[in-house]
Amino acid sequence: MATRHSRSAARLMMAPAVVLLLGWMLVPLVMTLWFSFRKYLPLRGGDLGWVGFDNYASFIRSSAFWPSVQVTLTLVVGVLAITLVVGVLLALLLDQPMWGQGIVRILVIAPFFVMPTVSALVWKNIMMDPNNGFLGHLWRAVGLQPIDWLSQASMGSIILIVSWEWLPFATLILLTALQSLDSEQMEAAEMDGAGPLARFGFITLPHLGRAITVVILIQTIFLLSIFAEIFVTTGGAFGTRTLTYLIYQRVLESQNVGLGSAGGVYAIILANIVAIFLMRIVGKNLDA
Amino acid sequence: MARMVSTRRKTINTVLAWGVGLIIFFPILWITVLSFKSEGDAIRTPIEVLTAPWTLESYATVQERSNYLKHFWNSVILSVGSTFLGLLVAVPAAWSMAFVPSKRTKDILMWMLSTKMLPAVGVLYPIYLLFIRMGLLDSRLGLTIVLMLINLPIIVWMLYTYFREIPGEILEAARMDGAGLREEILYVLTPMAVPGIASTVLLNVILAWNEAFWTLNLTAATAAPLTAFIASYSSPEGLFYAKLSAASVMAIAPILILGWFSQKQLVRGLTFGAVK
Amino acid sequence: MGQILLEKVVKRFGDVEVIPPLDLTIEDGEFVVFVGPSGCGKSTLLRLIAGLEDVTSGRIVIDGKDATNIPPAKRSLAMVFQSYALYPHMSVRKNIAFPLRMAGFDKAEIDRRVAAAADVLNLTPYLDRRPGQLSGGQRQRVAIGRAIVREPAAFLFDEPLSNLDAALRVGMRLEISELHNRLKTTMIYVTHDQVEAMTMADKIVVLHAGRIEQVGSPLELYSRPRNLFVAGFIGSPNMNFITGPEADKLNAATIGVRPEHIQVSTTEGRWKGTVGVAEHLGSDTFLHVHATGLAETITVRASGEVGLRHGDTVWLTPEDDKIHRFDSNGLRIE
Repeated sequence: MATRHSRSAARLMMAPAVVLLLGWMLVPLVMTLWFSFRKYLPLRGGDLGWVGFDNYASFIRSSAFWPSVQVTLTLVVGVLAITLVVGVLLALLLDQPMWGQGIVRILVIAPFFVMPTVSALVWKNIMMDPNNGFLGHLWRAVGLQPIDWLSQASMGSIILIVSWEWLPFATLILLTALQSLDSEQMEAAEMDGAGPLARFGFITLPHLGRAITVVILIQTIFLLSIFAEIFVTTGGAFGTRTLTYLIYQRVLESQNVGLGSAGGVYAIILANIVAIFLMRIVGKNLDA
Repeated sequence: MARMVSTRRKTINTVLAWGVGLIIFFPILWITVLSFKSEGDAIRTPIEVLTAPWTLESYATVQERSNYLKHFWNSVILSVGSTFLGLLVAVPAAWSMAFVPSKRTKDILMWMLSTKMLPAVGVLYPIYLLFIRMGLLDSRLGLTIVLMLINLPIIVWMLYTYFREIPGEILEAARMDGAGLREEILYVLTPMAVPGIASTVLLNVILAWNEAFWTLNLTAATAAPLTAFIASYSSPEGLFYAKLSAASVMAIAPILILGWFSQKQLVRGLTFGAVK
Repeated sequence: MGQILLEKVVKRFGDVEVIPPLDLTIEDGEFVVFVGPSGCGKSTLLRLIAGLEDVTSGRIVIDGKDATNIPPAKRSLAMVFQSYALYPHMSVRKNIAFPLRMAGFDKAEIDRRVAAAADVLNLTPYLDRRPGQLSGGQRQRVAIGRAIVREPAAFLFDEPLSNLDAALRVGMRLEISELHNRLKTTMIYVTHDQVEAMTMADKIVVLHAGRIEQVGSPLELYSRPRNLFVAGFIGSPNMNFITGPEADKLNAATIGVRPEHIQVSTTEGRWKGTVGVAEHLGSDTFLHVHATGLAETITVRASGEVGLRHGDTVWLTPEDDKIHRFDSNGLRIE
């Protein structure tokens, strides 16, 4: 449905967005690649010359590398699993008739508005602190020894915090999708003798396919670069150092830009692997 | 057809949903309570906290100590500014993708989204250097541009999905009626897409408001928005519960209120326009 | 003025040739209907004329000016779309005024023309409503109003009645015909409904797979269809086609007889048969007859109520001078 006029106009109108994003992607990328091949210590002598693949080798050989990849993936998968399962259940519940549905929805959405630094601080201190935190008080009230969540169950705690932030998003998308489910389809299935479980499995869940895809796509994009939650809570200690955080420490804390840049290149490669994997699934599902 | 549901079933649903809703909302509720208590009362047991006298002293201290208003304005300028800059660039691009699609449209869209997957930390130092060179470090302008760039793919994608719901025939009618490209976008497309654009704006203001990597790493005193303001409470002195709570409430309240007042657009926006 | 010339116009989408080289002349003031089954390229042809699609090769000349590369906004054509394509965020008044605003008319002139158009189309009471508050027929009239205010060289209609219910469709058909009588402006009208084509057109263009099968007045197409496709497409109920010995007798591969050109008798005639389904419309009766010796079921249109039922034996006699003969390529034999 287009003419030469509109096609050339389209190219022109797309240009600013494409050029800006290309620049935003390429300029720092090229600089990162450049630094990754150099010994560059801004506070200890600056640029000390070409070192080939030394930075790559030492970054990958460092004992922190593989654990950080594992932590990153655990975090992403853990949060996705929790938000999707709880999200589906919650969406099913919110889709039922009830009193005060609007208010409940507001309560459920609220965590999405909370900035990561705030939610990390609040969970770390006010909820999870073993001495004065709310959960500590609760544990003591029922006669249990309070847990120091962020050091004893660090990974689980961070997954919990991040899931809390993202659950509203998953729930809302799934709820919206649920509400678009044609009720005649459900009634037809009921007439065909399908019980509640069968109806969920054969009609509801397939109908939610696209919504689930969107949740996975968007959340993965944001989860791969989780930063503030770890920065504020554990500072990467207790086995919660993600790849992002490891690189951050190399660049800003130990001021080793060359090494950090090599790490950055690894992170970009990891992100690309995940991206290709995701685009495969999502590209298909989003065509509708 | 809607079916009659028994009152008993509805009661069970209501109790369950309110229970879950309150658990999810609880941390926010609790800091709101703590923020109105004195520092000494805030660390007592929950029952004692609830019965302790209410006070505004924490709010006063926070404003006095860290100039809340300045950071608040920085947040407003950064989030609103970056969103509107983004719209300027994204509306034409989304028009192209939605109404003059080519074989590559999907690829370009996916590529744009994939730039969001590039780990920010991987390019932190180069950006940091560039910012120093250009004198943009700790400036609102620099940060506005960065926030615009990181949210641009999402703005384009959302607008694209909203624009696609608008029948192409209407734009063709405008063309037949003698409208040029500018008039077509200004008088026909944009007014028709207002709900979608509103959702996009809301969501992106929120995302920018809450962005906590670049805002923490590229600002110091002058341009620091609320994310950085609150991070200063992560030091041990942050263990003053009442003040931490007051600061947190002040950081999230503007967005919470904005979100609640514009729930309809927001719910639509929260789905990134991808689910109907 | 609105003469439109298509010279060797070709349209390809990728490798698919939707319109093979095509020539057509539309005279000023003519009401031309493009008719054909869905997918025949009639809408594409209209969009090529409108400028909403580029021609792959060939020329489009409007009023003696080569318009092939002129954007739609500058072709001085107006179009009524199948979905009406009204601007939902504007009132009826603003919808109708939009093309005038785009053309830079001053406010007084816009008001005058909008009022005149609204008067002609009985839209005056609705000028301040939004399209969403109107019925289908009213929306249709707004779309027409938006087209006429500009006083274009020609009007293009893309299946404008297909979204209306049957009763409204007949009314709107009359209104559009009256509008043409009054304005005397060229109109190009696309439809898949041969009744609309027959009732409205000065000239019908029958399209099939992008090709023009025949161009002519409604009566020409009815009485002298050039080939089997046109013969089968024009006329309702469809023409009966008979092959085999009966066709051989007349030196044709296929013969065609319209249902209204067959006499029915309960006593004698050329073909004996049994009535299958009888459709009683009151004014007419359609009989579907299985005739001995003929492979095809023959449809007959008898005037009034004939009192024949399923299973009755009848004799059919075609009117000899109304029999159409076609050769093995499907072309008419004179």
